[in-house]
Amino acid sequence: MKKIVEKHPLAIRWFHWVNFPVLALMIWSGLLIYWSNDVYRLGWGDTTLLKFFPQAVYDAFSMDHKLAKGLSWHFALMWLFAVNGLLYVGYTLVSGEWRELLPGRHALTEAFQVVLHDLGLRKAPLPARKFNAAQQLAYTAVVLMGAGSLLTGLAIYKPTQFGWLTTALGGYEWARIEHFALTVGYVLFFLVHIAQVVKAGWNNFRAMVAGFELVDVPPPAPAAVRTEEPPTIIG
Amino acid sequence: MDQPLAPLESNPPDGAAEATVAAADAAVVREANRRSRRAFVLTGLTALAGLGGWRWLVSQPDEAGIPWTLRRILDANGRVAAAYFRETRLAPVFPPSRARALRVNAHYGLRDKAFDPATWRLRVQAYGTGQMHEFTLADLQALPRVEMITEFKCIEGWSTIVQWAGVRFSDFLTRYPLAVRAGVPEKLAPYVSLMTPDKAYYVGLDMHSALHPQTLLCYELNGVPLTADHGAPLRLVTPLKYGIKHIKRIGTIAFADTRPADFWAERGYDWDAGH
Repeated sequence: MKKIVEKHPLAIRWFHWVNFPVLALMIWSGLLIYWSNDVYRLGWGDTTLLKFFPQAVYDAFSMDHKLAKGLSWHFALMWLFAVNGLLYVGYTLVSGEWRELLPGRHALTEAFQVVLHDLGLRKAPLPARKFNAAQQLAYTAVVLMGAGSLLTGLAIYKPTQFGWLTTALGGYEWARIEHFALTVGYVLFFLVHIAQVVKAGWNNFRAMVAGFELVDVPPPAPAAVRTEEPPTIIG
Repeated sequence: MDQPLAPLESNPPDGAAEATVAAADAAVVREANRRSRRAFVLTGLTALAGLGGWRWLVSQPDEAGIPWTLRRILDANGRVAAAYFRETRLAPVFPPSRARALRVNAHYGLRDKAFDPATWRLRVQAYGTGQMHEFTLADLQALPRVEMITEFKCIEGWSTIVQWAGVRFSDFLTRYPLAVRAGVPEKLAPYVSLMTPDKAYYVGLDMHSALHPQTLLCYELNGVPLTADHGAPLRLVTPLKYGIKHIKRIGTIAFADTRPADFWAERGYDWDAGH
C-alpha cells in the first residue's frame, strides 16, 4: 500500500532552490570577469589539451568585454550566495540533518559500490538510508567547496586587506587559479547531479519540491483476534 | 489438527480486503497529488517573482555605467571595506628577483604628442584657496626616496611583481601641506583628484589610501626612470588599489570634499577599486 513519507524539510528545499540560480549567476558573472584574463588551460609546455575557454564558448554566451558588468553582479550576488550557504550549513547542524549528510567511516568503500551499482555492474540494492555514501561524500564536498570559493574569492577580492589569507592560499595568482578550479568542480558536480536526478525519477525529484515521497509499504498483518474454537486436545 | 482454520470473522473476505487497500491507496495518491500540485505552483510563482525581480533590476537606469541598484551595492561594499581598512596593513613585498617587466595595457591620457617631460611641472591645487602650485621632478626627488617591490594587480585579473621608486604621497603632503585649509591643519580633505595634462584620464582617491605608506608619487620602474609608455615623468602607485587607479603622467592634483570624477568609475567600474 502507498504511504506519504516526509523527506526534505522546507528549509532545505528553500536553500537548495535559491542556491541553484544564485550559483549559476555567480558562475556567469565570474566568467565575464575571467574573460578579461583568460589564461588557464589544461596542458603542459607548448601542448594545450583544453583551453579555458574556446572562442566559441564566449561567442555563444556573448561574454566578451563585459568586465564591469561581471564585477558588479559578482560583488552583489556574493552576499546572497554566502548568506544562503551559511544558513544552509547552520540549519543542517541545528536540525540534526547533518547526521544524514556526513559520510561515515566506510564511506569510500560504500561509495565505490554505489558507483558500480549506478553503472549497472552491481545488482545488490543500495543501503536504505536517506543518502548513500556517494551522495554523502558529494553533498559534503560541495559545501567544503563553497567555503573554498568564499575564501579564495575573498583572497583575490581583497589581497591586501586580507593579505594573510591570500598568502596562506599561495599568493594572488594561485588563489585565482584555486577559485577557478573550484568553479570547474561545481560544473562537474552539476552534470553528475542532474544525471542522477533524472535517473532517480519523478518521485525523488518531487521530494525536493514538495518535501515528500510516495512509498510502497507492505500492508499490515491483519490485527483481529481469531475466534475459532480452541484446539481439541487429544489426550 | 489438520482442519483448516475457520475464516476470521472480524476480517472481511479477501476481495474486500484488496478493495479497502486500493481505496486507501487512492486517497493517499490524491493527497500526494494535491500537495505536489500546490508545491509546484508555489515554486513556479516564486521562480516567476525571482525572474521579475531580475528583469526589473537589469532594466533600471544606469548610474555611471551600471544599473543604479548595483552601483549602490558597490558603494555599500566600499563602505564595508573602508570600515575594515587599516593604514597599518601593508601589501606584501617581494625580493628583487621576483620583479618582472610591466605590461603596457593602455595609453589613455598619453596621446598628446606635444607633451614634453622636460618642461612638465606637477601642478597641485591647494584645498580651500584653490591656488595652483608647481613642482619640478627635482623638487619631488629632493624628498625622501622610497623603493618598494609590490604586486601590481590589473582589474582584468593579471598581476605582476614590480619594483617602484618614488616619494610617499604622505611625505609630499607633510612637506607641502596643500590638502588642508589655512587655520585647520588637522582636517585633511577627504578626497584626492589626479588628472593627466590633457585631462583625458583622471582618478579619484580617498585620503586614507592616499596617505598610506605604500602610496607613492612614482618616478622609477624596475630601476630606470619611467618611460613614456609607463607614464613619464610621474605616476601614482598604490598596492591598495587596482591598476585603474595607477594614473600615468600625473598633470594636476587637487583635493575635494566629495568623490571626484574617475575615468573607469564612469564606465561601470567600482569607484573604490580597493583591495
